Amino acid sequence: MGLEAVPYNFLTGRLEDLVRWARRNSVMPATFGLACCAIEMMATGAAHYDLARFGMETFRASPRQADLMIVAGRVSQKMAPVLRQVYDQMVEPKWVISMGVCASSGGMFNNYAIVQGVDQIVPVDVYVPGCPPGPETLLHGIITLHEQIKTGELLKRRDASPTGGAGIEISQQDGVLVDLPTPSAARA
Amino acid sequence: MNDFEHEHVETDADAAVTDAAVAEQVRLERQTDEGEQLLTQHSEIVVTGGPWPEVEGESQTMIINMGPQHPSTHGVLRIMMELDGETVVRAKPIVGYLHTGMEKTGEQLTYVQGCTNVTRMDYASPIANELVFSMAVEQLLDVTVPERATWIRMLLAELSRMASHLLFQASNGMDLGAVSMMLFGWREREEVLRVLEKVTGLRMNHNFVRPGGVAADLPDGWQDTCLDVCDLVERGIGEYDDLLTGNPIWLERMVGVGVITKDEALALAASGPILRSTGFAWDLRKTQPYLAYDQVDFDVIYTENGDCFDRYRIRLYEIAESIKIVRQCVDMMPSGDYRVQNKKITPPPRARIDESMEALIHHFKLFTEGFRVPAGETYAVAESPRGEVGCYMVSDGTGKPIRMHVRGPSFYNLQTMSTMIENRMVADGVAIVSSVDPIMGEVDR
Amino acid sequence: MITVADPAVDTAGDAREEEHKVEPPVPSDEVAAAICAKFDDAIFHESHGQPVVYIDRAHWAEVATLLRDDEQFTSCMDVTAVDHLGDVERVVIDGVAPERFEIVANFLSHTRNRRIRVITEVPADDTTIASITPVYVGMSFAEREVYDLYGITFDGHPDLTRILMPDDWVGHPLRKDDAPARVPVTFKGDPGPR
Repeated sequence: MGLEAVPYNFLTGRLEDLVRWARRNSVMPATFGLACCAIEMMATGAAHYDLARFGMETFRASPRQADLMIVAGRVSQKMAPVLRQVYDQMVEPKWVISMGVCASSGGMFNNYAIVQGVDQIVPVDVYVPGCPPGPETLLHGIITLHEQIKTGELLKRRDASPTGGAGIEISQQDGVLVDLPTPSAARA
Repeated sequence: MNDFEHEHVETDADAAVTDAAVAEQVRLERQTDEGEQLLTQHSEIVVTGGPWPEVEGESQTMIINMGPQHPSTHGVLRIMMELDGETVVRAKPIVGYLHTGMEKTGEQLTYVQGCTNVTRMDYASPIANELVFSMAVEQLLDVTVPERATWIRMLLAELSRMASHLLFQASNGMDLGAVSMMLFGWREREEVLRVLEKVTGLRMNHNFVRPGGVAADLPDGWQDTCLDVCDLVERGIGEYDDLLTGNPIWLERMVGVGVITKDEALALAASGPILRSTGFAWDLRKTQPYLAYDQVDFDVIYTENGDCFDRYRIRLYEIAESIKIVRQCVDMMPSGDYRVQNKKITPPPRARIDESMEALIHHFKLFTEGFRVPAGETYAVAESPRGEVGCYMVSDGTGKPIRMHVRGPSFYNLQTMSTMIENRMVADGVAIVSSVDPIMGEVDR
Repeated sequence: MITVADPAVDTAGDAREEEHKVEPPVPSDEVAAAICAKFDDAIFHESHGQPVVYIDRAHWAEVATLLRDDEQFTSCMDVTAVDHLGDVERVVIDGVAPERFEIVANFLSHTRNRRIRVITEVPADDTTIASITPVYVGMSFAEREVYDLYGITFDGHPDLTRILMPDDWVGHPLRKDDAPARVPVTFKGDPGPR
């Protein structure tokens, strides 16, 4: 190959691995704190637990700059459309962590006001149990997600599968009416 | 497609109010104008928030929305602002994005389970909510809590107040761009949370204060733990004081911003640091003492300018007052029972369950059916870090309350925001919202 | 280091007593007596040591005005409602005709350091009542909340719209016969019974 002539040290690898490595180590979460869990999410970002160790210390306020949404807390019926809109504004590839039992299944608030599980609105990659989950639990969830990113499919796009994604079709994005194909059609 | 459609059960009452429903429909169509954004054609999802302010005549004003998802981390609060240039003409807080139906759920839970519910309202200082709930139930039951339980409650309430105010210092700093303040505030708050975890088993949402006392006695060595954390936090707030109180940028952002007068605060039912910042030294711990606050020595912090800087200072100095109370609690903690010895309310000790069938049945009955509370109504109050938290409870003589209403101080304090923000810059809005310190869980319940 | 040497702090105790004349609560309840003297239909009741006055719906706003103007009640702390549908063992006060809904307001006088609770009955077929927001502006949110969750209309409220639920919501969820307190949960990806 003639590489012997190159005067510097270097590594070879597959492009896929490099992309995954880069993605895994610079996940940017969107600030989507809703309730009690948001306080614990802040705790995870603060000095004691230090999300910066995982390359995640920059919480982005704008969904367009974020690729991870940590749904931290209970999602009310009034908040659900907003949450979906924020999710739609994020660019691919994107991941969702459902933090706490309220986000995962409605938790103890089994009533008219709370969406019984955020997976009815957005596809969820990792569920973090607890009420609220401590920072250690959230970190475990984040590390689990990192593993998924590391081993996952590179060109993966969202699909309305039984295990994730509610298959909600959107007809409007960012104020411009567009005809979007359904997610499954886009994949095929 | 229909995931968003609201669960709704047809009842007879619905048929009866059809006319009212039509009128309601007309009214809704009138009010949901520009605020609505259709998200999908298939289901009826509307992002709405109430009527826009009406603009009279030729106007150069612009209406912008802040929230419900926005950088200044105060939960899901949406603020609708009418701007003239960069000056806010009017502002209207729109809440409800975290409405959890806790008052409905509270009617389904027994009095034993109720604390689990209310503690999740004000998640920054959960003990205050558990406390008012328990006090309301105890008033209805007409039981008196043992002295040690009272003091344990007071100790925890003050630790909780410290944690809450430290959270305020952290988030207030972050909102105004002092990110190191966020790290510093969390550094001390973590230490307080560890003490609470040691005592109650949980960092937040403790469910520790229960009707009839507290869930468990204090662990071994709690005195040293509490005193250590007092020293740590005292050093910490000294650092915040050095860092912020004289900082010219901080003063520029805070002094004279968001001014509210005493009369406005009283008329708007504001309480807590907002009321105290206007020169009115009103603290329920002093004026209407509950628990054992009349036996400890502390000062009510109040200032007279009513601006953001004063509210920041009040909360900073209140941490010092809480440290005082915690130290006195360590000194003066009486011995005795940590819960009332009333077999109707108190479950048998854990050890008895292993050896006595009756104790096991008793325990099972108490935790499945709960205890009956005589019919009646009462309103219990306490001073939470945000102001007067109250619990209005109506019992119908069964094991579950027929109405459990919590007066969240943030809910009323939030109304002062519109007054404060008028004729200020947009950037001041962030400082003002932050200094109101609303906890949305308590606003929306 | 923090010292509590703030001049405002040092004088906290004295200044409060001088300026606002905070007195310990007096056991006999003169405020309730004043309300009963003004309104014939007012009925006094002591509930767990707290003074409560039951008043007719027609005088609801007038009582608030009386408390604010004549009795130095600086703040109304809370307005809420109770739905007594299905209340098996209701406490009925002599002279009060029980109806389905009750509106409850807690008033606080900072200057006199005392509280009073005023309750009125609202029948199920005519759920309107005068708003006290013109008297105590802070009750705007509270009355909107009661309207939202109980469907009780407050006449004279400047902006009576839903506050907690979405604007397009049908029904008033805190009514006992409205929204279910428990809703079915669907678990996605559940492998089902084995």
